[in-house]
Amino acid sequence: MSRIEGVLKTLKGQGRKALIPYITAGDPHPDVTVDLMHTLVEAGADIIELGVPFSDPMADGPVIQLACERALKHGTSLRQVLAMVKEFRTKDIETPVVLMGYLNPMEAMGYEAFADAAVDAGVDGILTVDLPPEEADDVAPLFTERKLDAIFLLAPTTTDERIRAISEHSSGYVYYVSFKGVTGAGKINVEEVATKVAHIHELTALPVGVGFGIRDAKTAAAVGQVSDGVIVGSVLVDTIARNQADTDELKRALKDLLHPMREALDSLDS
Amino acid sequence: MSVKLTEEMLKALPDARGHFGAFGGRFVSETLMDSLMTLEKQYNELKHDPEFQARFDKELADYVGRPTPLYFAERLTRETGGAQIWLKREDLCHTGAHKVNNTVGQALLASFLGKKRIIAETGAGQHGVATATVCARLGLECHVFMGAEDVQRQSLNVFRMKLLGAEVHAVESGSRTLKDAMNDAMRDWVSYVDETFYIIGTVAGPHPYPMLVRDFQSVIGRETRRQALEKTGKLPDALVACVGGGSNAIGMFYPFLADESVQLYGVEAGGLGIETGKHAAPLCAGRPGVLHGNRTYLMEDENGQIAGTHSVSAGLDYPGVGPEHSWLKDIGRANYVSVTDDEAMEGFRKLTRVEGIMPALETAHAVAYAIKLAATMDKDQTVVINVSGRGDKDINTVAKLEGIEI
Repeated sequence: MSRIEGVLKTLKGQGRKALIPYITAGDPHPDVTVDLMHTLVEAGADIIELGVPFSDPMADGPVIQLACERALKHGTSLRQVLAMVKEFRTKDIETPVVLMGYLNPMEAMGYEAFADAAVDAGVDGILTVDLPPEEADDVAPLFTERKLDAIFLLAPTTTDERIRAISEHSSGYVYYVSFKGVTGAGKINVEEVATKVAHIHELTALPVGVGFGIRDAKTAAAVGQVSDGVIVGSVLVDTIARNQADTDELKRALKDLLHPMREALDSLDS
Repeated sequence: MSVKLTEEMLKALPDARGHFGAFGGRFVSETLMDSLMTLEKQYNELKHDPEFQARFDKELADYVGRPTPLYFAERLTRETGGAQIWLKREDLCHTGAHKVNNTVGQALLASFLGKKRIIAETGAGQHGVATATVCARLGLECHVFMGAEDVQRQSLNVFRMKLLGAEVHAVESGSRTLKDAMNDAMRDWVSYVDETFYIIGTVAGPHPYPMLVRDFQSVIGRETRRQALEKTGKLPDALVACVGGGSNAIGMFYPFLADESVQLYGVEAGGLGIETGKHAAPLCAGRPGVLHGNRTYLMEDENGQIAGTHSVSAGLDYPGVGPEHSWLKDIGRANYVSVTDDEAMEGFRKLTRVEGIMPALETAHAVAYAIKLAATMDKDQTVVINVSGRGDKDINTVAKLEGIEI
């Protein structure tokens, strides 16, 4: 059983929902990323999605675009991101880490070299935004062979046929994109999400994490009610942007944001 | 490696998943997949629909002004002293460039599919103007995404688009040029995917775009083939076209791919010189990667981050290229070369002074290379330059380079 599967199974047994925060590696500075990852865990994270910065993040809104620019200004490369995970693992061997990013940095590194290095660093899952399963024939088997979970996206526009096919290619969990738009756009409709996620649960046994548009305890609870986990990104990254100058202040702000979400998720009726 | 291409092989490309050999494909986020698959299916039906084809042909004839002439550049030939130089006059198309062939086709596709909201990206503004033009003609809502840097450089075209009723969105992210305009167009598309048709201006992007843009632009090569046979009694020996994304080049090359005797030359923007790194020549100096929905040659750093580009011509200032060109390069069917900003400017002046035809700075790259090439060829051979656009839009840039205030 993979670390991701294990965590999600334990949570399910406890009747709890996963809190999955996202931050971009190298933002605001490569030196603080590992520290921030530990902060996220202290604040209640079950799984961390760590963004690999890319120069052209087409699926992201302005908040994460700017995070990528800040990280790239300091030259944060995929190899460095892997080194950060490795450093994180010296103190935390329990919290699963999913790398989330775009295909080209992986292609530039070489898929096999990347997959080997990811295992070595202690990465658990890979989510590549611009890699649908149709194009993953050369890549996904390299992950599967090494027991890295390949996490794919589902969207409001995904047909039933594709939900089934994508789920077959996925392991760990599937990531449901809650609305048609880019990250941080904030136009989530909880009722629509509930209907679609219930439907996805009928088509796959995999846990369903929901991301895009989760900003506070209220949206986290509403989405947590109907899914297996909530992914929180832009609102955290925005907090990082506003507290770049003072790392202690930043860590406090991240905790202030995540704690109420954790509490709201844990007070849901299971 | 050189492969003899047959009509059969060409008909099979791209394959069902949009691949040209190792290139092309559909690398987009899941939200867009259904839309792209639907577009592909509907396009494949309309491609063989006589009503759609008749409408397209009529638009090209009566609105765009086709066929465009194949013109013998007699003085340029004499001064060059080699092969006969012929010009395919796409600069005479409505709006002043080949771009409109594609926008007419895609806008027609949008109206057949019932989409009322059009988006487009633009660099120099030619594709934006061509899109705004057909939207005005068909009564469609039009949004054009343009890098903030280009909005300043190409203010004339921005004003043209606005006059035509388009809303121009200045893109402030990244390098604030064409690639960022394409990023933002994709972001808009994801956000309004149900009601929006994205008119991509070049043979890049996710499948089926490289295929359908090629199909719409292939009218250039089909006419050239027929006109060359009529006027010279044989096929040309060489075709020369500039390559940014590569839509005018593929439009010219595609109908000749199976004609082994016809040499194909795609001319990229060498900028300040390939050795300086300040250029926009992914086929000459890049390597394969994935950007904007397809796998193709790219300009990138060792970590896979997309590199900044430089060219005197905003229309060639792009770090990628259409995937079919990447394939043609790898199988050795087409030659990809580059000329510098300075050489392109020389080509611009030469064609202007010797033939009274002022080419776009993009086109000037093809002119500069074709002159060098023709000089090495025999007098009974023929070279066709695709004059993809006219140079009026570049007057400000040219004046600035010469230190003249307009």
